[in-house]
Amino acid sequence: MSEPSAVPVVEITRGAVVLAGRPILRDIDLRVAPGEVVALLGANGSGKSTLVKAAVGLLPLASGQVRLFDQPLEQFRAWSRLGYVPQRSTITQGVPATVGEVVSAGRLARRRPFRLPRAADRHAVREALETVGLADRVNQQVATLSGGQQQRVLMARTLAGEPDLLVLDEPNAGVDLISQQAIADTLAALARRGSTIVVVLHELGPFEPLIRRTVMLREGRICYDGPPSQLATSGSGEHGHGEHCEPVELPVRVPPMSGLIGEDR
Amino acid sequence: MLDILTSPFMVRALIAAAATGLAAPAVGTFLVQRRLSLMGDGIGHISVTGVALGLLTGTSPTLTAIVVAIVGAVSIELIRASGRASGDVALALIFYGGLAGGLMLVSIGGSGTATINSYLFGSLFSISATDVWVSLALATLVVGLCLALMPQLFSVSNDEDFARASGLPVRFYNVLISVLAAVSVSVAMRTVGLLLVSALLVIPVATAQQFSRGFRSTMLSAMVAGLIAAVAGVTTSAYVDVPPGSTIVLVALLGFAVTAPLGMVLQRRRLARVPFEMPAQPEEQEVEGHHRHQHGPGCGHVAIEHGDHVDYIHDGHRHAVHGGHYDEH
Repeated sequence: MSEPSAVPVVEITRGAVVLAGRPILRDIDLRVAPGEVVALLGANGSGKSTLVKAAVGLLPLASGQVRLFDQPLEQFRAWSRLGYVPQRSTITQGVPATVGEVVSAGRLARRRPFRLPRAADRHAVREALETVGLADRVNQQVATLSGGQQQRVLMARTLAGEPDLLVLDEPNAGVDLISQQAIADTLAALARRGSTIVVVLHELGPFEPLIRRTVMLREGRICYDGPPSQLATSGSGEHGHGEHCEPVELPVRVPPMSGLIGEDR
Repeated sequence: MLDILTSPFMVRALIAAAATGLAAPAVGTFLVQRRLSLMGDGIGHISVTGVALGLLTGTSPTLTAIVVAIVGAVSIELIRASGRASGDVALALIFYGGLAGGLMLVSIGGSGTATINSYLFGSLFSISATDVWVSLALATLVVGLCLALMPQLFSVSNDEDFARASGLPVRFYNVLISVLAAVSVSVAMRTVGLLLVSALLVIPVATAQQFSRGFRSTMLSAMVAGLIAAVAGVTTSAYVDVPPGSTIVLVALLGFAVTAPLGMVLQRRRLARVPFEMPAQPEEQEVEGHHRHQHGPGCGHVAIEHGDHVDYIHDGHRHAVHGGHYDEH
């Protein structure tokens, strides 16, 4: 599915992240090829949120290197190719904002300052809202939407930028089943069109059919990297990847809890 | 009776107040969004040192106030961006250092409390034609940049992480907001005075956001509210013997107090209506089995998001899963 010759979309080499003196990630080697759909799994505090934040440049690496689209992160300028969907957002805080205003912010990687939005911008915003099923909510205040709808707004904001790579941080955390399904369907459609997707998940849930590769984190290290079907048996060591993983403890069974000490928000 | 409103000093006062009333809430909207409502207050305190420096050195206090305010605002922003935990303590150090330093400089210079008072509490009826032109120019700059860069400034204030991942120069825009706040504080200095500056930055925004659903509409209606408060305040103080600065602020507060109950009702109604705002009247679908199946995506019943859960339209009423049974909503 991923040709080894293709230039990776995301490439992390010996990456390490230290937050407030505590090592959060160690020895991360991860290559994501164009068109791959990768799920990052792991318990609370295993470092999966930190990993995606480091990958999109929101957290500095203590050592190692991140490359996006074959550019070192420090020199990366093709921001319109990257679409980041944060886990929890501040979009409902402070001054009211409409769904349309928040989603329009997704176009800014493609819009220059002091320019009015063009037809292409308006079209992309409308299309993104249609994709997540919120086209009729354009003028509604974001704070009055349900948690699942707010998550879909975040999704639409990123889609409006028409990125080649999507990085999503727990898009189904605290989201009702209908919104989870809507988000999974949207991602499936993007994957079919060849987008590269890296998604942090607590459990595969409705995303299961589209995930071909899972990367498991445990205490800041990658302990399994392979197809989800072998995740359950990876502890036996037969497949050569998961020697650090306990066979009994399946990550997908971890109850979704938050606010634990050491949680990587 | 109207003569007083057309006298030159009154015209100057009205124009300067209107410029402040428009510019301050424009920046204030971004400050409120970023939960930095009291930043204007801090910049005001720092500006006292700027005014004192001007008085001491014989240069224009407005000019030195702008320079010192910008330096102070930028350092507040840089402190905020670097050491997040102790940010508010660092801000307090700068705020009160600025105020105390200014008062000290004034007493050293011997210019007396009367002069500094006119900056602390405003001196709208004694401003010159040059002051008016400077105020107008600065207010135009502030309003122009706030409107022209609204998408970028909105994105940075609304979700900083996302803005950074879109490649926006977040640090630059944050500093720009601080600089614009500093400039509008210097404009408002002559109108309401440095101690009340923050009121014009924040109160009109608080009034506007009770009614608006969007960011742009909040900003525009806050500017209208600021304009009305400024003009009404100056007009009132022309007829009644009260200082214009505090009158403007009290009029703005009165506007908030009067509209607050209305806004509360409106907001409650809006929240209550939301789950029922359907694209079309949901239609009951024929579903096999009666109360026997588990509602879920694709179960055949129309699903409606209702707050934190999902209702399913069933026989003309709503089912919400609750434990092992369905509540009717």
